[in-house]
Amino acid sequence: MTKIAAPRPSLSHRTSRWFARNLIRIYAGVAFVYLFIPVAYTFAFSFNDAGKSNLVWQGFTLENWKNPCGAPQVCESVVNSLQIGVISTVLAAILGTMIAFALGRHKFKGRKTTNLLIFLPMATPEVVLGASLLAMFLNLRINPGFWTVVIAHVMFCISFVVVTVKARIASLDPRLEQAAMDLYANEKETFRYVTLPLVMPGIAGAALLAFSLSFDDFIITNFNSGIVSTFPKFVYVSAARGIPAQANVIGSAMFFIALIIVIVGQIVSRQRRKG
Amino acid sequence: MAFLHGLSKSHTGSGSGLKSRSLTPYILLAPGLIWLITFFIIPIFSLASTSTMVRPEGSQIGTYVQELRFANYIDAFLASREQYLRSFIYAALATLLALAIAYPLAYAIAFKSGKFRNILLVLVIAPFFTSFLLRTIAWTQILADSGPVVSAIKVIPFIDETFRINNTSTAVVIGLAYNFLPFMTLPLYASLERIDPRTLEASGDLYANGLTTFRKVTLPLSMPGVVAGTLLTFIPAAGDYVNAAILGNPNTKMIGNVIESRFFAVVDYPTAAALSFTLMATILILVTLYIRRSGTDELV
Amino acid sequence: MANNKVSQDTGDLKLDRVSKYYGDFCAVDDLSLVVPDGSFFALLGPSGCGKTTTLRMVAGLEEPSAGTISIGDTDITTQKPYRRNVNTVFQNYALFPHLTIFENIAFGLRRRGLKDVKSEVENALNLVEMGHLAQRKPNQLSGGQQQRIAVARAIVNRPEVLLLDEPLGALDLKLRRQMQIELKRIQTEVGITFIHVTHDQEEAMTMADTIAVMNLGKIEQMGSATELYEAPKTAFVANFLGQCNLIKGKVTNRANGKAVVSAKGLTFEVPLSRVATDNESVFVGVRPEKLRLDDNGINSIKDCVVIDRSFVGTSTQYLVKAPWDLDLVVFEQNDEGLHDLRVGDKVSLEWDAEHTFALDGAQDINAGADLDDEE
Repeated sequence: MTKIAAPRPSLSHRTSRWFARNLIRIYAGVAFVYLFIPVAYTFAFSFNDAGKSNLVWQGFTLENWKNPCGAPQVCESVVNSLQIGVISTVLAAILGTMIAFALGRHKFKGRKTTNLLIFLPMATPEVVLGASLLAMFLNLRINPGFWTVVIAHVMFCISFVVVTVKARIASLDPRLEQAAMDLYANEKETFRYVTLPLVMPGIAGAALLAFSLSFDDFIITNFNSGIVSTFPKFVYVSAARGIPAQANVIGSAMFFIALIIVIVGQIVSRQRRKG
Repeated sequence: MAFLHGLSKSHTGSGSGLKSRSLTPYILLAPGLIWLITFFIIPIFSLASTSTMVRPEGSQIGTYVQELRFANYIDAFLASREQYLRSFIYAALATLLALAIAYPLAYAIAFKSGKFRNILLVLVIAPFFTSFLLRTIAWTQILADSGPVVSAIKVIPFIDETFRINNTSTAVVIGLAYNFLPFMTLPLYASLERIDPRTLEASGDLYANGLTTFRKVTLPLSMPGVVAGTLLTFIPAAGDYVNAAILGNPNTKMIGNVIESRFFAVVDYPTAAALSFTLMATILILVTLYIRRSGTDELV
Repeated sequence: MANNKVSQDTGDLKLDRVSKYYGDFCAVDDLSLVVPDGSFFALLGPSGCGKTTTLRMVAGLEEPSAGTISIGDTDITTQKPYRRNVNTVFQNYALFPHLTIFENIAFGLRRRGLKDVKSEVENALNLVEMGHLAQRKPNQLSGGQQQRIAVARAIVNRPEVLLLDEPLGALDLKLRRQMQIELKRIQTEVGITFIHVTHDQEEAMTMADTIAVMNLGKIEQMGSATELYEAPKTAFVANFLGQCNLIKGKVTNRANGKAVVSAKGLTFEVPLSRVATDNESVFVGVRPEKLRLDDNGINSIKDCVVIDRSFVGTSTQYLVKAPWDLDLVVFEQNDEGLHDLRVGDKVSLEWDAEHTFALDGAQDINAGADLDDEE
């Protein structure tokens, strides 16, 4: 591109052209700032030397990170949340994957009803899910607690697992399974050596999603947990009298742990593809 | 992300056609569906039954008997029609705000991000991992009367000294839009990503300018994502009470707040049940109409 | 797995009155066929003709609605795919993306619990000249390499019958030519029956000993490439294999080993052995390269006009309009006798009786022509 005697556009003109061309990128950048401001704020205030009420900046300290269980009940609630999250995730992943395979790989009567049954919990506000389940427990004179929370979490996670895993199954080339059968693998071996390994990334993604939904759930948990505390419940309850900085430590740590898991997962799957 | 992919696209899953007419699918379905029926469908009916109960005179708090009193619905609605209407207005505003923020964001990730695409996608979900309550509470301090945002706005002339964001309806809508933004962004991205960039070039080649290309090609092709994203934002937003409780004031209460307080503070189960049931029914009707209107019944 | 008993019969593959319905749609219609042991057989036809369904029934991936399929004396009609000694090279190969090339090829051997997997796999890799790629993953290979691996993965099992479903469809022209020769070499080397499904007539003609041309679930005609090309029995075969000129006429006389056909006041001679019908109404057929731009042959049409010409290197192709409503295609070799005609020039056409054939006049004259032959 050697244009002869092309007049050089003025600086302001070039600036506005650059601006117009990158408008969408600038917009996206602003959107990311919007997304991350509260995260950054939470992270920053995890270093606040604030004592009980973490509202105003009092000075920098590493004390909160060194002793995340320092504030009363923080760690108990986190342990509860982790236990509920793991149990719910495992159950929802198994039940949801089974449904996804039925939908994705079998012909049967009642497919429409099944799809509707999967869709409805996702289209129902959490407050309704939580209230209705609690109403039932109360009618049955069951005291809400740890296991009622697990029941509730499995219930709302199943749909998300089904949709995620079903999408993965649908994207599988049916010829791969046919090729396995053609190569002397019976139904069980085909499932074990071909179908399952290929669907596994979808199940892993679904499990990660289910865990984060469970760990972060407040509304349904609040209805069905009775006196059992979870981390979101702890945050909500202590909001009135000031949240200890340790809660910010936990929130930030979760953020970084999850980020690392996702990034490592991406790298591993890329490596696997390369062999 | 795949679950949003799945939502915006139908998977009939006729699959290989290898397996049919056997017990296997029912065995696979049974545990999960029994779980859903026991802990979702039956509770909904239980809720319906509670909604027409009455507390016998002079009985203990929390004791109710079935009297099929459908007037509970009218009483409940009349007592909280303001919050009821407000919920849908807030949810609609939050959905529009989220759409306005998420569409260009998803567009940029799908078409302008190059090799950073995966990293940016992870960044969209990343805030999710910090407890949403912590983030919502962070907003109260960011938007606080003495906080950076309000101070900055007050610099503008003609802004009233009493101007505030925190504890207003604006804060509630901002919080709702913020909390459900990934739910809007991911389906939008999923449908935009599937558009072949060459169709956009073809549109340009056929004398459409940027805006016309967007209106006539990009937007229609991304419609499934818009439908899925708006639903995934609107539904939870309409039933939410955390944002209104943390970021609002007594005059910004939503229907979720009423249900919650009827349940826990007042121990008025029938009213809470009637309100829940009305909310669910209204949302289902709106969702059905919306899906019909937009011509994508693939969701169900 | 020791319990995976695989049938070990040898012999011809027989399809006896096989039909396949999908609801009301008939994909394969009462098809009978014998493929001799050790032959290279092609099923040729446009998309939707039932060739792939036929192949899938042989593989065991579809069950026939009626009829039986057998290899030698064993009925395999309802046998599971993993019980029959038939292997398939799938369209787009269907290599397992999560396994290495070595494990892809070893897959069938391992499922049958065979020993000596390593040397068998190595032999198969050497047969397709891909020994150096054993530890790669499929998506690191080019299309041509994946194609060879797919062949090796099937052949390593020494199947009775090898099925190839459009195996070269995804390759570019040059590579396709090369692989055609390669596949033919492999077939000769291993000596097992190959059944090759394709919509590409050139591919079928290059490789197969016998071609069956399929249309609407039935076999139109079966024979060697030369037979099908030189003496087609239906308009579909005439049009589907190469180009063809068909002229509507009436048989006026059948005697002395030849039939005389009259059309628009002209008469054409056809050897009786090349007349495929007893009807009076016929199509007289002749291939474009058999036509000469001259007027003293036994069969000729005078007063034609050139309406289009295109130069394609080895020949010049003319579109010529007969004195009535009929366009004829003429290929003229680019050598000394070249006429070099222009659009609008008057010409006469002639051809030999022994290059002429006659088909039943009651069929669609355009059957098999201009089919979109992409799957």
